[in-house]
Amino acid sequence: MKSCLVVDDSRVVRKVARRIVEDLGFTAIEAEDGSVALSECEKAMPFCILLDWNMPNMSGIDFLKALRAMPEGKEPKVIFCTTENDMAFIQEALAAGADEYIMKPFDSDIVQTKFEQVGIV
Amino acid sequence: MAFSSDDFKLYQILLFKESGLSIKEDKAYLLESRMNSLIKKLDIPDTATLTAKVKAGDVTVKKEVVEAMTTNETFFFRDMHPFDKFRDVVLPKIFENKPVGSTIRIWCAACSSGQEPYSLAIILKENAAKFAGYNFEIIATDLSDDILDTAKAAKYSQFEVQRGMPITLLVKYFKQEGTDWLLNDDIKSMVKFEKFNLLDPMTKYGTLDIVFCRNVLIYFAAETKSMVLSELYQRIAKHGFLFLGGAETVVGVTDKFKLMEGERGLYIPHDSVYL
Repeated sequence: MKSCLVVDDSRVVRKVARRIVEDLGFTAIEAEDGSVALSECEKAMPFCILLDWNMPNMSGIDFLKALRAMPEGKEPKVIFCTTENDMAFIQEALAAGADEYIMKPFDSDIVQTKFEQVGIV
Repeated sequence: MAFSSDDFKLYQILLFKESGLSIKEDKAYLLESRMNSLIKKLDIPDTATLTAKVKAGDVTVKKEVVEAMTTNETFFFRDMHPFDKFRDVVLPKIFENKPVGSTIRIWCAACSSGQEPYSLAIILKENAAKFAGYNFEIIATDLSDDILDTAKAAKYSQFEVQRGMPITLLVKYFKQEGTDWLLNDDIKSMVKFEKFNLLDPMTKYGTLDIVFCRNVLIYFAAETKSMVLSELYQRIAKHGFLFLGGAETVVGVTDKFKLMEGERGLYIPHDSVYL
């Protein structure tokens, strides 16, 4: 089964996101910030990543830059999922190598559409 | 408040007569929820008063009821598949049958708040180099004045744009306005909006190359459906195409159209040049 790394400092959001990605047929792995996410990626590169922006220790955007610099780090599809909904943030994310961008609040339909658009479901 | 079965019948008849919409008892919840929003909009105290106004033949209220019930959910690139077919199958086939320099005429027959015609306009813009040499005309119609105003304004909530619009296209073709997203004028100007009731004669639309009429006929009774499809047949060129919803079928409704082999929801005239 393909894996989806869910990165968010809110346990509630992780739980909701886990359920959604599991319904889409993924195994969910959770990480509460960017640095935990990075060590998960070092252990095993996930198939896709649902990524929050604002988190302690390491933010989503810093994680994304570090990820894309890793060997095989260009492989996973990365979908931001954040309350940062300003055009400037979206453009920064795309420039750093994000594949899609979800502005919170989100629902399962939005996640599914975005996953379809990046071609992972 | 729930409608009594007599009241429900009253709305049923009104909707059928005015718009061809046929609602069964299992859609009572939809009628209730739409009418509850409508009384707020019209500042009417309760649905009983609304029903009384309908009974009394209040033209404005009747029109509002029809509009409220015929407004359908829509989003950008809804179901994706038809839009891919539009770009990769339908347009290339039409190019083979129309001289360079001619205008390809597209009609979105129930455009709701505009996402479908604007999605088509974006596809045309994105593929401008590939489609160079042809002109395009997108006509988008709906029964509801309110929804046409929304469509023309082309301002969408964050929630609406997220349902379907890929982020790269959002960044490229929209401007942010608070929490809303406003479509750029160059895309907006590609679509011409007009009020039209599908039960009215369609002759004024001349000959069309492509018609999108997705997820509309499902609300119509069988005879109405077949009448609308016959009208559409008269309008669509022999090299033209008709898009219906993925779950819709013409089997047993009309023999004027045939499913394009292997293409769900894509229809061609029974005497199409492709047969």
